[in-house]
Amino acid sequence: MNKPEGALIGQRIRRKEDLRFITGEGRYVDDIRLPYMAHATVLRSPHAHARIKSVRTKRAARMPGVLAIYTSADMQEAGVGNLPVGWIVPHTNGGPMARPPHPVLASGRVRHVGDPIAFIVAETRADALAAMNRIDVDYEMLKPTVDLETSIETGASQIWDEAPNNLCYDWDVGDKAAVDKAFAAAHHVTTVKLINNRVHASPMETRGVIGHYDPSSDRYTLYTSNQNPHVIRVLLAISTLKISEEKIRVVAPDVGGGFGMKIYHYAEEVLAVFAAHKLRRPVKWVAERSEAFVCDTHARDHVTTVSLALDAEGVVKGLKVDTIANMGAYLSTFAPAIPSFFYAYPMPGPYKVRAVHVRTRAAFTNTMPVDAYRGAGRPECTYVLERAMDAAAREMGIDRIEMRRRNLIPAEAFPYKTPLLWTYDVGEFHKLLDKAYEVGGFATLAERKKKARARGRYLGLGFAFYMEACGMGPSKLLGREGCLGGQYEVGQVRVNPTGTVTVLTGSHTHGQGHETVYAQIVADTLGVDFSQVEIVHGDTDRVAYGIGTYGSRSLAVGGSAMKMSLDKVIEKGSKIAAHLLEADARDIEFKRGRFTVAGTDRTKSFKEVVAAAYNPVDYPLDKLEPGLEETTWFDPPDFTFPYGCHLCEIEVDPETGRIEVKALAAVDDFGNQVNPMIVEGQIHGGLAQGTGQALLEHCVFDRETGQLLSGSFMDYAMPRADDLPAMRIESVVTPCRNNPLGVKGCGEAGAIAGPAALVSAVLDALAPLGVAAIDMPVTPEKVWRAIQSAQSIPLPLAGRG
Amino acid sequence: MTKVPVQFTLNGREQNEFVDSGSTLLAALRDKLGLYGTKAGCHQGTCGACTVIIDGSPQLSCLTLAERCAGKSVTTLEGLTGNGALHPLQQAFMEGFAAQCGFCTPGMILAAKSLLDRNPSPSRDDVIDAISGNICRCTGYDPIINAILTAAEQLRGARKSA
Repeated sequence: MNKPEGALIGQRIRRKEDLRFITGEGRYVDDIRLPYMAHATVLRSPHAHARIKSVRTKRAARMPGVLAIYTSADMQEAGVGNLPVGWIVPHTNGGPMARPPHPVLASGRVRHVGDPIAFIVAETRADALAAMNRIDVDYEMLKPTVDLETSIETGASQIWDEAPNNLCYDWDVGDKAAVDKAFAAAHHVTTVKLINNRVHASPMETRGVIGHYDPSSDRYTLYTSNQNPHVIRVLLAISTLKISEEKIRVVAPDVGGGFGMKIYHYAEEVLAVFAAHKLRRPVKWVAERSEAFVCDTHARDHVTTVSLALDAEGVVKGLKVDTIANMGAYLSTFAPAIPSFFYAYPMPGPYKVRAVHVRTRAAFTNTMPVDAYRGAGRPECTYVLERAMDAAAREMGIDRIEMRRRNLIPAEAFPYKTPLLWTYDVGEFHKLLDKAYEVGGFATLAERKKKARARGRYLGLGFAFYMEACGMGPSKLLGREGCLGGQYEVGQVRVNPTGTVTVLTGSHTHGQGHETVYAQIVADTLGVDFSQVEIVHGDTDRVAYGIGTYGSRSLAVGGSAMKMSLDKVIEKGSKIAAHLLEADARDIEFKRGRFTVAGTDRTKSFKEVVAAAYNPVDYPLDKLEPGLEETTWFDPPDFTFPYGCHLCEIEVDPETGRIEVKALAAVDDFGNQVNPMIVEGQIHGGLAQGTGQALLEHCVFDRETGQLLSGSFMDYAMPRADDLPAMRIESVVTPCRNNPLGVKGCGEAGAIAGPAALVSAVLDALAPLGVAAIDMPVTPEKVWRAIQSAQSIPLPLAGRG
Repeated sequence: MTKVPVQFTLNGREQNEFVDSGSTLLAALRDKLGLYGTKAGCHQGTCGACTVIIDGSPQLSCLTLAERCAGKSVTTLEGLTGNGALHPLQQAFMEGFAAQCGFCTPGMILAAKSLLDRNPSPSRDDVIDAISGNICRCTGYDPIINAILTAAEQLRGARKSA
């Protein structure tokens, strides 16, 4: 019942969307050209923290081609509202969460490098850039707060009057008394201090927008490279531009990767529409790559101390986590939720420990806003748990796999209520771990290590067991926890009069392949031709409403909404068929595109029933309306809970510190898989990003000035083709019980488990050299330094753990 | 801005254009000729999304001055489907699920085509080397590498049977 079956579901179906991508016909925001379109640039602060004494634009405004220059004064005069925060963390300690304003253009003070000051619109981009350089801004320099750990200490330069000690919130969850008791009774205590490095999503398409105003219809259109156009439409209406919602159309066309960074409502969206209305001309802005690094949200950036209280067998009895999380200078749309709800509640992941306490202090710094990025809180959670488990295993002399076996929640405990929030529906953790053991080749690991040593290399095998919470819902729970917007999804199935099918979904695809996966479900469920199914998304004028794509929610929530509408289509079709076949609707069976009176050969095809619905001459008009179109708003009863184990084998050259990633593998339980090829693609990409965070990527700031030192692909190291090996992807399937498709979501897993698995491998490789800890990104320099310092300390210390 | 006349071959056809002096080939392709298949990923020569083939070698159109293309032969992704049929590389990218968001795909395909034109039997390392200047944020590269190797095989087969 829970497992979808059919000709296409479960098959590796080639993607519908690929034809346009491989022929150059993909249409991203920058490919859209409107008649008479003007171009915009943004003047951004070169300083991390300064008072703006004056902004003089007169000289710039006289430059050739300049149409307008807008500053914060124009925004204030027009009553443009601030960028919104969509999540208010409740039950904080020592006062409510600080919510400083986030103006569209900085007013009075700039708080990070890249803070927007003026929006310049001109005939060409070159004209806008030339004018931008003629704007005079007088700054009075203020001391920036850059370092996260000391940002909340007294004496740190203050960023907001609303946030004393730069504290956005101090929040905790769990049973502190139970944890204290567990630690008092512990046989062994493991404590690890961890830094989760700050990264940038860096999709290949930078953010871009086009604002358009049509005076004839008095309507506004925003084209934006975004993951959730309906949410942006609402926010333009209620928060920023305050235009009546029905007058706004938001289009998110082909989007060249989002990874969470394109969820939020950004200043440029407001400015482009504002300018288009004022100038009566379309206005385009597309971020340059280096601009993207200072105007997009960043991610991760935690400093954490984690402690485990263990009994003599290595069973964890208490978990204590204390985290300082960077918010950057302003609160991005979902920023407060990431290190609280999405980081703390997933503790203690797949482990059965009951005494858990997590404290998060969210801090403001003079850096770019920090928000969700692929995994959003759960990669940080997994990193904390897995680094701590590995360290405890090592300190206690227990095998790492055995350590997990003793601590994982047993299969018979499901449904399992976690100590903090959720009830996991299904899971077979030990079975999956056994498979991972086999995939990783643990049995022959010692041999491989020996061989590597003979070649002068140190080999390490690492892994991370992760537990996710995806497909967020229900809205009621999220509302209680601080979310300001509903978390359902809308799926409308429109059977066209000729029997082809148009699906209008609130999900948005930006690489995930919804046009294929959703069509597979439609084709199988209705028995219609795969090629005659169109999946429409990303345009608020076509899709009535929706929430969008993030948190691995599309198929679990959006796909389920669509599936429920498909079922309603069949239900109504059965009634029509019953009329045509002069039978009782309860006797009608629908299979492979035919409505049949059970046990007879009396049958009507789907197309015949559709024809009757659209031309109701022989039709039960007294009981049914004509037409065949159904809509479902699916508010999920609970989250979904994918889990898995990702593995990584590396070799270290001790002379140079260079790491070579030899193998990556994943064993996951995503529930049912509609298209395993696409699932694998999601793991590939996630693991590539996880590997990037672990070994290469880092947003580095000058600690004195707050300048971003890694502001291009020359400084910010993206994983390239020679950084990654082929990956082995395996699955265990336990269908999810919280949605009609039995799916759990696979978009984020690789980015969640990857970093922990990679670092685990590095520390396994370096263990013989006495290295017990290292921070991401694990660059050759860090490895080399770690080896040198471990080798220079007297052995008892170096060998500790 | 001074306009400079440029005569070059674009996807097999003679093209005569006046371009802004100092403007890039990328700008000429996208803003003057409406060939949006060439993508702008960084404008800094660091991501490979704008890769085109100039006289047989892969070049970054964001760093190439349009006026420097005079007398040269430029191939963009649109040039691969000139005769209506998909190029084996395009076919292999589609069959092998080598595109996700699709933004790096044009540059990848052209970097690969340039490799296969020069070296019909590349090793896996040759392929990795050929696309090491092209960033893909979605696929983890393995499907792209496999697609290029598959296309190479198909092209060799087609050549043999021809």
